[in-house]
Amino acid sequence: MLELFTEFFRQLAEDHPRWNFIFFYEPRQWERIVKGFKYTLWLSVACVIFSVIIGVVGAWLQNSPSKFLRRCVQGYIQFFRNTPPFVQLLFFYFALGQFTPAVTGPDGWTEIPIISNVGWAIISLSFFAGAFNVEIFRSGIEAVPESTQEAASSLGFSRFQTYTEVVMPLAFRVSLPALNNNLVNLVKTTTQAIGIAVPELLYQCVTIWNDFPSAMYPTMLLLFVTFIALVGVLVFGMHRWERAMKIPGYGH
Amino acid sequence: MKRRLLAMSTALAATMLSSTAAYAAECTNDVWKRVMERGKVVVGVKADYKPWGYRDTDGSIIGMEIDFAQAAADAMGVELETVAVQSSNRMQFLEQGKIDMMIATMSDRADRREIVGIVQPNYYTSGTNIMAPKALGFSEWEDLRGKPVCGKQGAFYNQVVTERYGVEVVAFTGNAEAKQALRDKKCVAWVYDDSSIGSDLSSGEFEDFEMPLASEDDNPWGMAVPLAERDCVFGNFMSGLTFNMHQSGKLIELEEKWGIQATKYLADKKDQYGDWLAE
Repeated sequence: MLELFTEFFRQLAEDHPRWNFIFFYEPRQWERIVKGFKYTLWLSVACVIFSVIIGVVGAWLQNSPSKFLRRCVQGYIQFFRNTPPFVQLLFFYFALGQFTPAVTGPDGWTEIPIISNVGWAIISLSFFAGAFNVEIFRSGIEAVPESTQEAASSLGFSRFQTYTEVVMPLAFRVSLPALNNNLVNLVKTTTQAIGIAVPELLYQCVTIWNDFPSAMYPTMLLLFVTFIALVGVLVFGMHRWERAMKIPGYGH
Repeated sequence: MKRRLLAMSTALAATMLSSTAAYAAECTNDVWKRVMERGKVVVGVKADYKPWGYRDTDGSIIGMEIDFAQAAADAMGVELETVAVQSSNRMQFLEQGKIDMMIATMSDRADRREIVGIVQPNYYTSGTNIMAPKALGFSEWEDLRGKPVCGKQGAFYNQVVTERYGVEVVAFTGNAEAKQALRDKKCVAWVYDDSSIGSDLSSGEFEDFEMPLASEDDNPWGMAVPLAERDCVFGNFMSGLTFNMHQSGKLIELEEKWGIQATKYLADKKDQYGDWLAE
């Protein structure tokens, strides 16, 4: 079966020189794709989790009684929302990367920074998407009526308890559709990590089509299909979650 | 729904396959005619490869290859417009007609000749070498096995050194990023064309670095016209121009003008194509 599959694509490449699906019959190229996919998956999962955490914490700090904290969150949002994510990546990796501690390698010259390029990609993309998430959660929080919060505090809930037990569960439900959108965008933005040489899927694909110009269209096709699948899984999960959290009579 | 999607994607694949069918068998000279009508030739060149193609302080692109492009435009009697291309997109730019011709430090490789119309004779050559800190004292390629080496997306020798010497190439999209990563000590060397490394070293910006290895895979460079026009007016014109520039020594003059170390290749070509009536 597998034999037939590889043979088909080998033949296709011979008959149509621009449709060389080389990764389907050459193990080395297939390994590259698999490796790239793993990095893309890792980047996506880590960034989705961290950016949601940043969003929740940021939205809470936005309502903090301290003026200083509120200003800080506002500054963070303005900076990360108003600058291109690609520039942020380059800046984090090259400029801030200078100031992080580094371990000198065994050759006595190379400096292996504590935060690798993958680490910087996760940090910078999470902060980028996190800035949007703060605003998304804020919209949800503002949709929770003031009277509900007052009712909670009259029952003896502290500010923190009101936030985690009453406001956030309701706000979350309102925010989910917008959050969904932003996370889909985030997964696609992980391809920009190619700028700091993170060997994710786009990096590997570009490498393949540089080594084999005949494989360009098939590799692009593969990129499309993979991202459609990846985002599809995310959207499917988010919809299931949305449905599971539905409260009858609320938000509809 | 699923079935419809499948049917749609099959149809899409089928149309894409059929559109790449046979090449034009005869010369239509479409691009050449368009250049003549427009009175302007659009040439894809490098903007980050000093001194072959790079940006001047005022932002315009200058360099040895731009001079070559200018010579071509002058001979065609049209204006020159340069477009900055990257190693990883230069062939696609030409294929899609975004540029009429490409002179962009491209190594002439068999698989590339199937995509773009690389004209003969080749106009330059370079080998693969590394720029590494003097402190590391590399002396042979094997010293690099298993070590991180910065590279550039789109260079054919990334694959060669990976397979031959087990080098771990960390490829950046641009030269500037890769060289910055080397300066930041994120890799032990920068693998690239020996000609480019040579001019970087002589620029004085890389005092503590050297080019310690013997160059490998010496590979001639090729300029390219659209594949369909390689054996037509455009390709033949560029072949002739390149031949004349070899014979007249114009290429060697350009090499001197841009402060490039003299290559044996250009001298050999000049001898080879020498005019038998010349004194």
